[in-house]
Amino acid sequence: MRFDSLLDSVGHTPLVGLPRLSPSAEVRLWAKLEDRNPTGSVKDRAALAMVLDAERSGVLTPGATLLEPTSGNTGISLAMVAKQRGYQLVCVMPENTSAERAQLLAIWGAKVIYSPAAGGSNEAVRVAKGLAAENPDWVMLYQYGNPANALAHYENTGPELLADLPSITHFVAGLGTTGTLMGVGRFFRDNKPDVSIVAAEPRYGELVYGLRNLDEGFIPELYDETLLTTRFSVGPSDAVRRTRELLEIEGIFAGVSTGAILHAALGIASKAVAAKEPADIAFIVCDGGWKYLSTGVYEGTLDEAEAAIEGQLWA
Amino acid sequence: MSIEVRIPTILRPYTSGEKLVRAQGVTLEEVLNDLEVNYPGIGERIIDENGLRRFINIYVNDEDVRFLAGLQSVLGENDSITILPAVAGG
Repeated sequence: MRFDSLLDSVGHTPLVGLPRLSPSAEVRLWAKLEDRNPTGSVKDRAALAMVLDAERSGVLTPGATLLEPTSGNTGISLAMVAKQRGYQLVCVMPENTSAERAQLLAIWGAKVIYSPAAGGSNEAVRVAKGLAAENPDWVMLYQYGNPANALAHYENTGPELLADLPSITHFVAGLGTTGTLMGVGRFFRDNKPDVSIVAAEPRYGELVYGLRNLDEGFIPELYDETLLTTRFSVGPSDAVRRTRELLEIEGIFAGVSTGAILHAALGIASKAVAAKEPADIAFIVCDGGWKYLSTGVYEGTLDEAEAAIEGQLWA
Repeated sequence: MSIEVRIPTILRPYTSGEKLVRAQGVTLEEVLNDLEVNYPGIGERIIDENGLRRFINIYVNDEDVRFLAGLQSVLGENDSITILPAVAGG
């Protein structure tokens, strides 16, 4: 496969069957390997789409500085796109993210400003909005509210899934910015409306929910509840257990958020088996496990691994 | 029927710091009403005149009740309820 540039190679990721984790020949699981994108995560799609959209609309001019609140992957993707397109990048990242994310951002030349661990990404969003107000010449693409994020999945991820798996019955992905689920969900609503759209939302340790008051809660501007069929909250023990299973049973080395998504996908699969209904369940592998090696999540017992990511933003 | 309810940090001032409490009811609404009886003031932090507050998520066995029957969701013997504030991911 040949591409004119690295950016042209974003997307077109493989969809692989999981013959050993699938419960039967009628109820099958399929993993979309988004770790095969240039920086190793699904966020390359949104980052590229948001930058191209901002260039087209004239918001982004040559040499500009980008600003983005991110728990890591979007920042790494934006840093790569910024290299190719000639921009600077400032990321606001919660301090309770893995060491590898900060290392990777530094390698790609991004500047990192840390936000307090308590409050998680909420705090990163708040700090970034403050910086945007102080630095009016910086361009905040704002992944939580930028329609180009969801559009990347409407125009690419969704059509790729339908082309590779015309018999798809369920799509399962993580709920962060909501971009993947909104874009793919809207694509299937328009093109194969009987496909169920299932969200797996990571449930972190208490530190992350340490809001001072409930009015500080946050719902991404992109979120449209009507596009989802259902939404599951997946805690760290299930996420870690499924991440290990994916590795041990199918040989796929994925990050912890993928374990949470697989947990929801397996729940759907069990229901289909119980109802004696055939199902083709596609889910997103958000990234590989490389960025999480230092967290200890692949070592020791499940309890030790869960303890290791307590208080971390693992998705 | 007695149901286990997980209380988020931000609402624990109402439960004397308890993370895990029990409440009676067959529907989610009944359980929340019973919570209010035992922990006065907690109810209006969870529900307003429009139903479930915008920045509150409630899960029955990890499934978001907004995709079940909302406050009318019917609970089973071993179901557990988790209340969480809506926060940013990504």
